[in-house]
Amino acid sequence: MKVKVLSRNPDDYVRETKLDIQRVPRNYDPTLHPFEVSREYTRALNATKLERVFAKPFLASLDGHRDGVNCMAKHTRSLSTLLSGSCDGEVKVWNLTKRECVRTLQAHEGFVRGMVVRYCGASFFTVGDDKTIKHWKMEAPGYGEEVEPLNTILGKTVFTGLDHHQKDAVFATCGQQVDIWDEQRSSPIRSFTWGVDSFSAVRFNPVETELLASCASDRSIVLYDMRESAPLKKVIMTMRSNTLCWNPMEAYYFTCSNEDYNIYTYDMRYLDRPITVHMDHVSAVLDVDYSPTGKEFVSASFDKTVRIFPKDGGHSREVYHTKRMQHVICIKWSADNKYILSGSDEMNIRLWKANAAEKLGVLAPREREATDYSQKLKEKFQHHPQIRRIAHHRHLPKSLYHQTKELRVMKEARRRKERNVRKHSKPGSVPVVSEREKHVVTVVK
Amino acid sequence: MAKASKKKEIKTVVTKSSAGMDTLAAVRPDVVDYDDEEDLNETITSEEEEEDGDDERKRQKLLEAISALGSKRKTKLGERSEASVQMSEFTVKADGEGDRVDLSDLIGTMEKTSAVPAKARKQLKNLQRRNNTIECPLTKQQSERIQRDVAFQKAATQVTRWKSIIKQNQRAEQLVFPLNQEPPGPKPMERVVSGWKAQTPLEQEIFAVLSANKQPINDPILTPAEEASMRAMSLEEAKIRRAELQKARALQSYYEAKARRERKIKSKKYHKVQNKAKRKDLLKQFDEMVQTDPAAALEELNKIELARMQERMSLKHQNSGKWAKSKAIMAKYDDGARKAMQQQLEVNKELTQKLVTSLNNEEEEEEKDAGDAEQLPDLVPDAEHGLDSLNPWMTGKLSEEPTEKEKSEPMDLTAAGPGNTVEEEEEEETEEEALLREFDSRRKLRQAQETDAAPLTSVDDEEDEAAAAEDPDASDKEEEELTQFTSLFRGIADGRQEAEAEKAEADASAQLEEDVTRIRTLEDMELLCQEESTSGEAAAPPPDTENLPTQQAGKKRKRGIELNQVLTKKTQVIQVPLTPTMEDTEDSDGKLDQRGLIREAFAGDDVVSDFLKDKRKQEDAGKPKVLDLTLPGWGEWGGTSLKPSRSKRRRFKIKAAPPPPRKDQHLPSVIMSEKRNSSISLHQVSSLPFPFESHAQFESTIRSPLGRTWNTERTVRKISKPRVVTQLGAIIEPMAREELMKQAAAGKTSVVDSWRIKQ
Repeated sequence: MKVKVLSRNPDDYVRETKLDIQRVPRNYDPTLHPFEVSREYTRALNATKLERVFAKPFLASLDGHRDGVNCMAKHTRSLSTLLSGSCDGEVKVWNLTKRECVRTLQAHEGFVRGMVVRYCGASFFTVGDDKTIKHWKMEAPGYGEEVEPLNTILGKTVFTGLDHHQKDAVFATCGQQVDIWDEQRSSPIRSFTWGVDSFSAVRFNPVETELLASCASDRSIVLYDMRESAPLKKVIMTMRSNTLCWNPMEAYYFTCSNEDYNIYTYDMRYLDRPITVHMDHVSAVLDVDYSPTGKEFVSASFDKTVRIFPKDGGHSREVYHTKRMQHVICIKWSADNKYILSGSDEMNIRLWKANAAEKLGVLAPREREATDYSQKLKEKFQHHPQIRRIAHHRHLPKSLYHQTKELRVMKEARRRKERNVRKHSKPGSVPVVSEREKHVVTVVK
Repeated sequence: MAKASKKKEIKTVVTKSSAGMDTLAAVRPDVVDYDDEEDLNETITSEEEEEDGDDERKRQKLLEAISALGSKRKTKLGERSEASVQMSEFTVKADGEGDRVDLSDLIGTMEKTSAVPAKARKQLKNLQRRNNTIECPLTKQQSERIQRDVAFQKAATQVTRWKSIIKQNQRAEQLVFPLNQEPPGPKPMERVVSGWKAQTPLEQEIFAVLSANKQPINDPILTPAEEASMRAMSLEEAKIRRAELQKARALQSYYEAKARRERKIKSKKYHKVQNKAKRKDLLKQFDEMVQTDPAAALEELNKIELARMQERMSLKHQNSGKWAKSKAIMAKYDDGARKAMQQQLEVNKELTQKLVTSLNNEEEEEEKDAGDAEQLPDLVPDAEHGLDSLNPWMTGKLSEEPTEKEKSEPMDLTAAGPGNTVEEEEEEETEEEALLREFDSRRKLRQAQETDAAPLTSVDDEEDEAAAAEDPDASDKEEEELTQFTSLFRGIADGRQEAEAEKAEADASAQLEEDVTRIRTLEDMELLCQEESTSGEAAAPPPDTENLPTQQAGKKRKRGIELNQVLTKKTQVIQVPLTPTMEDTEDSDGKLDQRGLIREAFAGDDVVSDFLKDKRKQEDAGKPKVLDLTLPGWGEWGGTSLKPSRSKRRRFKIKAAPPPPRKDQHLPSVIMSEKRNSSISLHQVSSLPFPFESHAQFESTIRSPLGRTWNTERTVRKISKPRVVTQLGAIIEPMAREELMKQAAAGKTSVVDSWRIKQ
């Protein structure tokens, strides 16, 4: 006699080890899941809340400088090494993983104005208030050796900024003029002047390596080509730009931090108006640095905050501040896109996470999938008011908050006045000037 | 004396300056020597200055004498004087007249020296003769500005090369940084361990042998020669090159395979369609050629004419062969046979059809003026049918009739046959078709009225052919003959028409049933349409005469959708802005396909009344209901047949208060939902967020779930891919120039791909 029984193959449901994941049979028929949107909305809400809960960006403070940190430089070959120069002429080399200073040297008398690591990572350059350019070895001198620069160039005037070419043994300094130096020679191979002005920053384009840009004290940004004998073009803005930074992935975009609390992103081909105006700071922006992916940049401001902006967004996605952090003078985004380093007036260098709620370290595959999923959920529901409110909430110090509010009021008043003027004047006599056009005075060819 | 002293002073100044500036040292003494020879007076510009200079010199001498007394070492105070003020390198003064250096001075010395070649002498003489001055150079500011502008343009173009990469990266779903990662996996030992050396004697021996033979010692299996060749072509280039070659090879094989496949297809229909498309292309080309290169077009035309003649001479496609006869017998019972014969006929028709181009259109117009004008309206619809011959609606209705006709009169009426029989074959036509037909015919009528030039139709005649065969080159003559003949022929045809009570037109492509003579006015047209529609519905076997369909017309009209009824729908009291339901068909005449016609026909569906109904329904639903709370049997007798009393019912029936007036009560064309819930709206998105363009778009993104509960594993992984992926602890270098090269290669391949897709 044949007996029929229901039978299941244990292979289908029994785990091999208890560490295996339980097999969950699913039916993807959409009619069986009528509440999928609401369930996902709840998940998104929870993910957003958790993100805010875990948003603890501050990692470490590196102290040891005896004066305000004036400049910093990323090591080009090592992620864990950072160099910083202070206002008393001291240069420190830091090990970020150990969070300690590994080397200190008295590089200049007066400020260390600029610092850059050579592309090979074996040496670095500093410029200071003592009108010298010094070339230092990265390695600490051996026992009994004196701390001596490899090379010292005595210039005629004070140098205020420095940057190194991406691949060649060429660097650029700025002061009263922009000079291009060969490492082997003691006089500049080229110097650019255009009117009488002093420059505050010079940066090489990391992609089109022969191009440079500089910020001048006559409120202008000047573009140069290293191969040409004359500068290319300059744009004069309403207020002075402090520093600028090229986008490392997009050859023709650069971003400059301005005294008028704003940051401007320009396309170098069309200087007559910036591509984007990034607003949020409530005081002069002192430094700016792009993330190595070219998607975002970070800015340091006199208002004691650090802000992170998407490269095409008008407002910041993140603001970092602590009670003890004073005017932030210099800022760097680490080369692995994970950290931000800020050097401030009160002699400290601070290490922040670039993504405030990100978990550091290696993630298990399931963990990674979960974070990816929740990230997508947050993106999907980002426009919903409840989620938006939570995701966008940031705490600000009282003074900053009030200053922001005040600025908003001022802006609104100005806008209203302009509108009224327009209303009471002949049509067309008071044209509407967009925010982007407002800040450019002229482009000089 | 004064002169001498001055000379001395200049000398001292010069020596000083030469000490200061090494670069000038070589130049200045020469200048001074030159000055010695010249008269120094020339450098002094005025007498007064000289006197002043005298005093000055005296004082200077005195000072020198005093200082010489004081110290042994002569410490001269550095005195600055601009040499160029008093003299110039070239002794050229701004106001100097007589002492200008001329080219002739130089040439004078040249002629004395024999070393100067004759050619140079000649050139110099020419130069001397020419008197025009060189243009004034640009100012420094201007020239600098131009320089800057040029340099900027150069830099901008250089930078713009990155545009495509930047765009691509911005659009990319996922970017993985660092950009050019080394492929994962084990690396060869040599690359990991740098300072490895052969140590044991055996190893040393082996390596000695290897190095002696110039064989590769390390794992990269390349001999020095190979390496050199590799270096000659960079890796990137080599890769691109190889990829290109691969692509070309793949493409070639692909096309070969395609050609082979196509050749093997047995389907006649396929080839027929293919041929037809080719022919169409040819025609189009020909049309273009007519405009661009009339001479070549004429040649082409002759060729076509020749083909046509050959076709007409031969018995091919005439359905007169053995096969055709056998088919003709079968045709009554076999659909396939009928179709086959029909195809044959069509081929014949197409081949024998005379091409109408703008070349002979002109001549036609002349002919028209001569007196043929009355005939023209007759011909117009025929041309249209020629266009419509591809239409399945039109072609499917041909029966054995044409073939039979043909047997009886193979030459004259082969083409006319289908026209006769269409009406009889329309049993399967539906009401839709009738409607469509009406639209179509109306359109045609309109067109007929508009257009003056009528295309010539083919005429079957032996004589014409013979004439053409005699002198194919003299096309003009032939045309004349042809047109003359057509007019003649038409007279005969008309006669026949009357005799048979049938509209036998010369055109072969006339598959529709228009009675050409009748279509004069719109009313005629409409009448005709109605006839057609009814005849189409006739289920009975086709009658021979036209009478039957016209009789049936009255009865059948009721069943179909009446166009008049649809379009002249009674309008509602409320005036609502109506959307245009009818499309203007004038411009899209010949090109409207079947679907378009159907859409056009049913465009008048009554949306407005539907909308109003819908609105009323919603209003009713929104009204509060009367609540009846009567309990049967409460306070009085109850039972199956007993109803609660009226007073009770009135008492316990609760009328709800009237609802607040609807928001849309004064807006006839709007329905506003009253169901909006404010508690939910707190969680809802109030306005359309930025990147989205429509609400539907946004809602669809929200509606599609992302999670594992609703999606398969692979989908989830694909959906939740992060935008930017970075490697832990890897330094992300800025974009390198090599990316441009890669992009260029990728761009090439993508172009090829898109091209393939088009094919």
